[in-house]
This record gives sequence, structure tokens and C-alpha cells, in this order.
Amino acid sequence: MPEVVVRKKLTSVEEIFHEGGPVAANPLRRAAALAVIRNPFAGSYVASIEGFMDDLKPLGLEMARSLVAALGGDSKAIQSYGKGAIVGSAGELEHGALWHVPGGYAMREVLGGAKAIVASTKKVGGPGTRLDVPITHINASYVRSHFDAMEVGINDAPRADEILLALVMTTGARVHARVGGLKASDIKGEDGLR
Amino acid sequence: MKAKIRKIATFVEETRREMEREITPPTRKAAAVAVIENPCAGKYVEDLSELMEIGEELGELLTTRAVAALGISGPDAQSYGKAAAVGENGELEHAAAILHPKLGTPVRRVLGKGAALIPSSKKRGGMGTVLDIPLGHKDAAFVRSHFDGMEVSLNDAPRANEIMVAVAVTDSGRPLARVGGLKKDQIKGEDGLR
Repeated sequence: MPEVVVRKKLTSVEEIFHEGGPVAANPLRRAAALAVIRNPFAGSYVASIEGFMDDLKPLGLEMARSLVAALGGDSKAIQSYGKGAIVGSAGELEHGALWHVPGGYAMREVLGGAKAIVASTKKVGGPGTRLDVPITHINASYVRSHFDAMEVGINDAPRADEILLALVMTTGARVHARVGGLKASDIKGEDGLR
Repeated sequence: MKAKIRKIATFVEETRREMEREITPPTRKAAAVAVIENPCAGKYVEDLSELMEIGEELGELLTTRAVAALGISGPDAQSYGKAAAVGENGELEHAAAILHPKLGTPVRRVLGKGAALIPSSKKRGGMGTVLDIPLGHKDAAFVRSHFDGMEVSLNDAPRANEIMVAVAVTDSGRPLARVGGLKKDQIKGEDGLR
């Protein structure tokens, strides 16, 4: 399958101290790793695209490791995650779906076997398109305090023949989480849900 | 600290290819952004010295964060810029008070030098306002290869009573700079211009 050609990368880290309420003892940190790659299938319908998922695995691992590093270097500190893709205008939504396996498994591998499905979203859009990457707990999708999202984007990407790939990790719950539901401290962490 | 910080974000952008040409080493820009409470929001305040002092604190904090995000030492930075966005209950002059009187000195202290004017921009706007931080060479404003800009935004800032303050630092110029002019290895770096 085609080579993965990276044009640019963006790493962003947010450190959230409060949102009008008490200042957190440990500020919430959220990080996003973005990579802009050439879309090898842009401009025409290509029936067989699955093989490109394997080609994306090394990039997925590189991005997942860079997120752990951006959040302090300890993979045990990561509590929630998400992923997403924006496909440039000469591509199709299905090209964004190629990111599910390499993006998700890269994060699970780096985090040492997280149990929950990686929340995701995707769209087709032009340069500057913003994506709200959904975020959920790494071991139990129903943990209510960790339902969150991080907005990402790059002003000059994706161009028509590019795909913008995103991975997101955080170190905790929403900064003032207080709407009940399953708590991170109460999960079983067996089925990935509760 | 005088500044009441709600959140801090850092962005690192690394360009590896441009127009199908490999950029070696990749060009890199970093921005650090703080979202602070605007102590002068909602009323006319004649004496803006509180904001000036906040500017001094943020000059040190944000430059340190940006340089750390690039993983370089301060003196290895090549260009810089600053910008602020004031929420709707504030005044453009509040951005000026933060950016101009006192922010520059700690920036230059962290970077070792900085003979050139720090290029700046400011605006008032709502949440998600995009700042285009202008960039120029830190020791010689006329270095043409380093005229650039970096776009940053946070979807939830600035709120009406907040100010978003940004410092950007690079370790390089534009990816494929080729429009002549003064080169960085030709500068004297004494008057801040050439």
C-alpha cells in the first residue's frame, strides 16, 4: 500500500485550572496530537483501501507516545481518550474511517491495554475545519465525569488531497464534574463499559 | 501571582513537507496561551497598572512554556511574537496594557537576547476568536525569511470577562523561504533591525 507522507504535525496541550468554580488541586490536562498526511486515494474512487490501515500503525504509535510525553510522560496518568479525522475535499468519509484501527490500537498499546472503545468522530472539510473530538474514560465508557470533547484543527489543513488525523488524551474528569452517574472509582473495568 | 489563570494551552506546529518538498530540519513554531480574568472588565478603569504587572508575569510564564514545548534553550529561539484577545466586557486598551509596557523584558530574559521589537496584534472578540500572532526575527526585524505568523484559538475563550494572552516562539523561519532580503546569518543584531 502507499507510503504515509506527513506534511505537518501539531501538538496542543491545555491545562485547566478552573471554570468559575474552585481551583483544582491537580489541574486537568488535555492534549491533542494532529498529523496532516497525503490522502493516497484522493480524487477517485478506490475500491480496496483497507491495507492502508497497517501503513498508518507506526504513525499512530508515534502520535500516541507523543501525547503521553506531552502529558508528563507517565502512561498511568492517562484517564480518557478519543480520536478523529478530517478528510480533505478530494477524499471521501470512508478514508477517515481508516484511522479507527491504527489510531485506537496505538493508544491502547501505549496505555498498556485500555478496555473501553475509543470514542471517535470524522468529517470531510476544507482547511481550517474544526473537529470536536469526543473523549471518554479509557477503561469504562459509562464514566460520566469523563464525557468530554476537545476542539482541534489547523488553519491550513486539510488541503483537498490530505487527511488530518487526530488523537486526544486527558489526565482526568471535567474540571467541575458534578452530575452523578458512574464514577471512575466505582468501575469494574472488565467489559470496557462499566 | 497577580493573574487569575483559568487555563493555559500550548501548541507546537512542526512542518515536515511543503509543496511536496521535504523540510529538513522541519520548521517549528510554539505558542503558549493563558486565559485570565480581566480585573478591569465591565467598567472604565483609568489606571491600568494591574494589567501591566500581569503582563510582566505572563511574559515570563508563557515564554518559558513555549520554549519548553519546543524543547530548546531560550537562546536557540529565532523568532517571536505576542498577541491578546479581550473578551466583550473589556477594552482594547486592556490588551495594550498587558502586551506593551512590561511583557517584553521577561520574554527577552528567557530568550537570552531579543534586540528586535516583539511583533504584536490585538483584538476584542468572543469565544473562539482566532489570534494571528505575528512573528519576526528576535534580534533583527528585517530578516525576511522569518516574517511569519501563527494562528491560535481556544473554543471556550475569551469569555466576556477574560483576556487571552499569547506568546509565540520559533526555532526557524518559513519552510521554503526564498524571497531574498536580509538573511539570519548576515545580521549584526545590535539595533534590532539588521
